[in-house]
Amino acid sequence: MKKEITISVNGEKHTLEVEPRTLLVHVIREHLRLTGTHIGCDTSSCGACTVLLNGKSVKSCTILAVQANGKEVSTVEGMATADGLHPLQEGFKENHGLHCGFCTPGMLMRAAELLENNPNPTEEEIRWGISGNLCRCTGYNNIVKAIQYAGAKMRGEETPSTEPEFV
Amino acid sequence: MGHSLKRKEDARFIQGKGHYVDDIQLPGMLHMDIVRSPYAYAKIKSINAEEALKIPGVVAVVTGKDLEKYNLHWMPTLMSDTQMVLPTDTVMYQAQEVAAVIATDRYAARDGKEAVMVEYEPMKPVIDPYKSLAPDAPVLRTDKEGKKDNHIWHWEVGDKEATEKLFSEAEVVVKEQMHIPRIHVASIETCGCVADYDKINNHLTMYMTTQAPHAIRTVIALVAGHVGLTEEKIRVISPDIGGGFGGKVPVYPGYVIAIAVSFLVGKPVKWVEDRSENLQADSFARDYHITVEMAGTKAGKILGTRFKILADHGYTDAAANPSKFPTGMFSIGTGSYDYQTTFMEADAVYTNKPPGGVAYRCSFRVTEAVHAIERITDRFAFEIGKDPAALRMENFIKKEDFPWKSPTGWEYDSGDYHAGLKLAMDTVGYDELRKEQAEKRKRGELMGIGISTFTEIVGAGPSKDFDILGIKMFDSAEIRVHPTGKAIARFGTKSQGQGHETTYAQIIAEELGIPAENIQVEEGDTDTAPYGLGTYASRSTPTAGAAAAVAARKLRDKARKIAAYLLEVSEDDLEWEPGKFFVKGAPEKAKTIQEIVFAAYTNHPQGMEAGFEATHYYDPPNLTFPSGAYICIVDIDKETGEIKVRRFVAIDDCGNIINPMIVQGQVHGGLTQGIAPAMYEELIYDEDGNILNGTFMDYLVPTAVESPSWETGHTVTPSPHHPIGAKGVGESPTVGAPPAIANAIVDALSPYGITHLDIPITPFKVWKALREKGVN
Repeated sequence: MKKEITISVNGEKHTLEVEPRTLLVHVIREHLRLTGTHIGCDTSSCGACTVLLNGKSVKSCTILAVQANGKEVSTVEGMATADGLHPLQEGFKENHGLHCGFCTPGMLMRAAELLENNPNPTEEEIRWGISGNLCRCTGYNNIVKAIQYAGAKMRGEETPSTEPEFV
Repeated sequence: MGHSLKRKEDARFIQGKGHYVDDIQLPGMLHMDIVRSPYAYAKIKSINAEEALKIPGVVAVVTGKDLEKYNLHWMPTLMSDTQMVLPTDTVMYQAQEVAAVIATDRYAARDGKEAVMVEYEPMKPVIDPYKSLAPDAPVLRTDKEGKKDNHIWHWEVGDKEATEKLFSEAEVVVKEQMHIPRIHVASIETCGCVADYDKINNHLTMYMTTQAPHAIRTVIALVAGHVGLTEEKIRVISPDIGGGFGGKVPVYPGYVIAIAVSFLVGKPVKWVEDRSENLQADSFARDYHITVEMAGTKAGKILGTRFKILADHGYTDAAANPSKFPTGMFSIGTGSYDYQTTFMEADAVYTNKPPGGVAYRCSFRVTEAVHAIERITDRFAFEIGKDPAALRMENFIKKEDFPWKSPTGWEYDSGDYHAGLKLAMDTVGYDELRKEQAEKRKRGELMGIGISTFTEIVGAGPSKDFDILGIKMFDSAEIRVHPTGKAIARFGTKSQGQGHETTYAQIIAEELGIPAENIQVEEGDTDTAPYGLGTYASRSTPTAGAAAAVAARKLRDKARKIAAYLLEVSEDDLEWEPGKFFVKGAPEKAKTIQEIVFAAYTNHPQGMEAGFEATHYYDPPNLTFPSGAYICIVDIDKETGEIKVRRFVAIDDCGNIINPMIVQGQVHGGLTQGIAPAMYEELIYDEDGNILNGTFMDYLVPTAVESPSWETGHTVTPSPHHPIGAKGVGESPTVGAPPAIANAIVDALSPYGITHLDIPITPFKVWKALREKGVN
């Protein structure tokens, strides 16, 4: 009944036995105890569970773990390196791109692929680019700013001001 | 104060190290899933768990009959009504809990849920609240002895006679009937818990998504005290919360069932609802049907208002208003305008819909009140042909008239409404936009400008009037400063993203001179934090924030005594500047707060209590009254009804600002939760009580695409009674934004004689309204 799978998560290989119906998000959260990836809905609508699968952002609540067999998964826990925070993590912190933090890991993973494909997106491209991820707290203004900040940093340009425009 | 300190809590959230309820995994933990009713109103004929119990991993199926043995099948609501934990014979709304399946993992629990066979005898539900009051309507709450109708309560305030006289004689009377739709907070984290009962020590640890952990502990003790779970045996821990917005204030049946099961089997039990359950069964918000009228002069003087409300509460009143206020703070609905005649009345009814009634960032029904007053103010301006901004400017309460007594009994603490609206008009370029609009109208194009100038009422509240289930609505802070001058501070509130770990530290830093990075803020553990009523209704800064300042000032008084002792001078000879006491005229003779605190543990004056700790329970003398002036610009496609929010300028006045970055963030988020009910969100039920949009596929939470780029700003009118002059801000934008958007859309459509559209105003509603007016 159970099936053996091998997945690489944040560069570390794991071989485990799962029921064929087990969702990838449950393997990440409950088998591997990487709880940074969250579950916010049951219809693939909210994006809180977004991870990268072979570099592409996917909603891990809509992927069976067996479909990830032999593939590479990246989660929020793998973003920061020995050199420090990923520019996106820094961007979110510096620009108040999060309140409760629940959607944040999914947003970060989605934004990572967005910037990978489009290193200098316009505001509209960012808004459409993260439209599969819901945030209930921030009103998105500062998430957009955070991604712009990270984009600038990754392009080696001066980062925009993080002072709130609150006249 | 006033510094945009980056948030202390962010480090864990951006690295996946937040700690939410569903992240908790305890040894031997069981998982619970809930069987729910497909019918809105039905008799339960039988529940058969035989097949479910055969599924590997399923350990138990719990029904209302099981809970009845322990008298745990009903529980009180926060409004002193009663709510089923699990039904013994009747279900009252679609998606109501019917039975709970307990299993060793979540997949087995879900399998078990599918296998429980329930036989129902459906009955004709009552869905329309007006029909619920009809004489031939079936009485829904047959559990209440002697109940002969579906009426819950009547409430009124104001002068009925004077209002009737005014309306019968006034030059101008305008009237609209409006529905403030039933909506849902839909925080991205749903509700859940891990109930961990330790049989040996007779002790319950309850990890749960609650905005009010202390109040919940007391409620659990009141409900379960008779089976031995008394309050000292209960520890409620509210870990990181993934958004609350009021939806995590009530006690839901799932929590109680999890406790009961853990109590019976002696193992931890996890219950985390999925999104559809969350939308379909958890506390809804709004659902007020309001008839609002305004009387005034042809010249544009507002003379009075009248409000009549029908409140649809679902099958029980499970709102979470302060006890004396069944309509919450609706009586703020006279607005920002200077007049003294009003009458408001409300009736609440039962229907076969889920209970709730307060959640969604509304400051206890202020959203409904502000929508009504701001819509009718525009309606009045339209009626007499006056610019709605000019009409507001002429009717505002003047800055010098504060504190101002409202006709419903409130004392507005402070405000400068003229300055707020002027700043908003200057920022948006109001006069130019009106010219542009006039040009566009000549060409038949639809452009609208909407204003909302609201007064909020937050910070519940003064103990003489405010309690929940009898517990007074103070809040608390406890500060302990360690010998090396670093501190831990604990509070009775609970952040759900508001940034308390940062802002509370800033308040204490301001008062004591200890750097904010050296102050650890802790909330959400009832074993360690002082008692408080929690975080909702924008009350944390007005209550616990005040408590932090007062507790810090107690410590400063002690610091002065110690400094005087160390410097061998009299206390009166000392002066304070943040971080140190120095001798007047001799600033080089000084003791820093760190030196003073160290002395409190190592060299304190004889006769003085050692240590450096203070606690304060803050009982506010009044509520605080934030305000705002919002202007929205929309462009509407006449062919399709599509509405584009071109600009939205929000000027808020929340008194003194602790952290501008966080305040602005609160405003951004609140505005998006304002556009949501204005244009997108509504829980829709058909006449059989079926919810038509109970998932995220069709309940439209705005994404970054629907959410405009918000333009924000502020004026500062400090609260005269709050220790640091702050007022609270979290809900102002949710309160103020919907009428600004609705007013803009109606303004765009006004050339066609359209005077009102109910929110959410969708393209279809606009298209239909235009077609009804002959536009093709």
